[in-house]
Amino acid sequence: MYTIALVGNPNSGKTTLFNVLTGSNQHVGNWPGVTVEKKEGSFKHKGAIYNVVDLPGTYSLGAYSEDELIARDFVIKGSPDVVINVVDASNIDRNLYLTTQLLEMGANVVVALNMMDEATNKKIEVDIQELSKDLGVPVIPTVAAKKSGIEDLIEGTINAITNRSNNVEFSYGPSIDENVNRIADVLKGMGFNYPVKWLALKALEGDKEILSLIDKKEGIGDILESTKSDGIDYELDIVDKRYSFINSIIKKGVKKPTEEIVTLTDKIDKILTSRLLGLPIFGLIMYLVFQLTFLVGSDFLGGYVETFIGFIGELIASGLESISAPDWVISFLIEGAIGGVGAVLVFVPLIMVLYFFLAILEDTGYMSRAAYIMDGIMRAVGLHGKTFISMIVGFGCNVPGIMATRTLENKKDRMIAILINPFMSCGARLPIYLVFIAAFFPDHGGLALFIIYAVGIAFALLFGKIFSKTLFKGESSHFIMELPPYRMPKAPVVLRDMWEKVWDFVKRAGTVIFAVVTILWILSVFPLGVEPYSQDSLLGKIGEFIAPLFAPAGFGSWQASVSLFAGIAAKEAVVAILGMVYAGVSEGTELVTAIQAAFTPLSAVSFLVMTLLYTPCAAVIATVKKETNSYKWAIFMAVYPFILAWVMAVLVFQVGSLLGF
Amino acid sequence: MVLTGLKANDKCRIRNVSGGGYARKRLYELGLNSGAEVKMVKNDFGPIIVSLSGQKLAIGRGLAQHIVVDKE
Repeated sequence: MYTIALVGNPNSGKTTLFNVLTGSNQHVGNWPGVTVEKKEGSFKHKGAIYNVVDLPGTYSLGAYSEDELIARDFVIKGSPDVVINVVDASNIDRNLYLTTQLLEMGANVVVALNMMDEATNKKIEVDIQELSKDLGVPVIPTVAAKKSGIEDLIEGTINAITNRSNNVEFSYGPSIDENVNRIADVLKGMGFNYPVKWLALKALEGDKEILSLIDKKEGIGDILESTKSDGIDYELDIVDKRYSFINSIIKKGVKKPTEEIVTLTDKIDKILTSRLLGLPIFGLIMYLVFQLTFLVGSDFLGGYVETFIGFIGELIASGLESISAPDWVISFLIEGAIGGVGAVLVFVPLIMVLYFFLAILEDTGYMSRAAYIMDGIMRAVGLHGKTFISMIVGFGCNVPGIMATRTLENKKDRMIAILINPFMSCGARLPIYLVFIAAFFPDHGGLALFIIYAVGIAFALLFGKIFSKTLFKGESSHFIMELPPYRMPKAPVVLRDMWEKVWDFVKRAGTVIFAVVTILWILSVFPLGVEPYSQDSLLGKIGEFIAPLFAPAGFGSWQASVSLFAGIAAKEAVVAILGMVYAGVSEGTELVTAIQAAFTPLSAVSFLVMTLLYTPCAAVIATVKKETNSYKWAIFMAVYPFILAWVMAVLVFQVGSLLGF
Repeated sequence: MVLTGLKANDKCRIRNVSGGGYARKRLYELGLNSGAEVKMVKNDFGPIIVSLSGQKLAIGRGLAQHIVVDKE
């Protein structure tokens, strides 16, 4: 078996190519020791199996971020047989920067010159043979989105496994070359897993990772010290030299129009990023997303799933009765498993529609514009503009949202971004809102949902401000972000993205939620002999014990308390528990009626405020621990939102009561 | 002059980046290195947007003030 690594800039079409190459043979895991997603897949060709690893998209292979470290570690230590470098032909200069670094590392590179169609549209002509000759590696034109050039790429890649070709010697000018050689000579024979010249170059560039590896070695420190006084800014000079190499290649092999053509992207950007319209349009887009989610997801698709789950429930119930299964089995399966897990699964269509729209926003390139538009507001509250992207990712799930903060290189920016992310209401909390909206505000579903999410954003910004004034003072790091051209969303990409997340939701319903439901079911039937799900059961006692805490907020019932308690394990469990304790077999309408009886509109609102803001789920707290490497922050993450949520819920209920709601 | 002194559609050549700490190298790596030709796309509020052979980059105003350019 051979291993192929995919390396490329963000927005170079790398992930599309990965999907085309591996089809459905994919799995997602984590890189050892870190939470960065590791995507692997495989394809078969003439009987042999090729394993493909999709490395994080990066502009460079320095030690700038965790993503870059992972990518370069895999290229060197993972010793892939071939590295396919995906290069965006329509943006070839900058994309070749990464290529030069791969060549420096001595990787067995094959360049997939992707997005050839966009390059043609921009009147960029590439002489493939010339480019291949100058880079010293095979160059294969592709359009991954249209599946063209893929066969050639596979052939070229397999051919490269046996015919290694990377043999271009770089020159960075006499003084840099001399020092590279001096250091490399010392390192030779010290048994490093890295090419010594590359180590030497990185050390001169001031790469902290590499320096910590070698600067204690005998002789190295002296050489590095001597370079400090020779008037060369190695760090930037080496980058400049790479670009002069690229420019010389571009001159020979690439023809570009002298005048930039005004593209459709430019025209769209005039409106979408404009000072006056940018923000209102962004608000409108988000509003439409929630409105459509509600319309399509609950009214149209939701009905079928609900009926289906109800049907399955009845089928199993009558089946069990006909074989006269023991009562406790029936109780567990119908009230526990189907009642609880089913209450969560009912929301699959809605989650699907929301993820569908978020995937479209992501795939079109609009997300980076949203970050651009929001930068002003974000900076006003002491946050970095890019924080906003992690916040939008948090709409899907706060775990990847928190991971997305990794693109923030400044510790202060990152810590704040992590701590406010859970206020971005995740997909798992959506079912809670939907049940309560269906019960009390059915005519204004989309608007209500939009307001809930907006309140979440407002609290995120408020706490951004508070944290940047108290816990994390200091300057925000600088804002640099690429604005990729708008692209038509591609159905396979959008659907796959949506499907991965929906499947994750379903899997959680089948595992985590099932486990929570089982535990709570057991609590609900003990001590033996009590009426299941009654106040006398253990579950009821626990609820009763917590309930007084929530009484000032208007939902001091044991049922509501126990559902909030379970929600700390996983947010979907809130609805699952409400389904179990209120409705038995909880197809939506039955649960909705029960909720109408148990809550008033005001206590429903305060309950919604509570669920929006309170302690994030266990997975999020674990992620905070991993990402901050500190139990202190993990505990903080669990505690402060709870206090905030409680105070806000009480405030809503008490003020609302005074006003006569 | 510095990059923020340019109006939309003005063109310039980068001379150097005079500050910005860690961000300095990133700008270089993204192609905003000495000699690069850059067109100003948007300079009204918030981060500026420049075009570097068609590639659009948004750069925070504070950082852009450290980018020394020669107007063409």
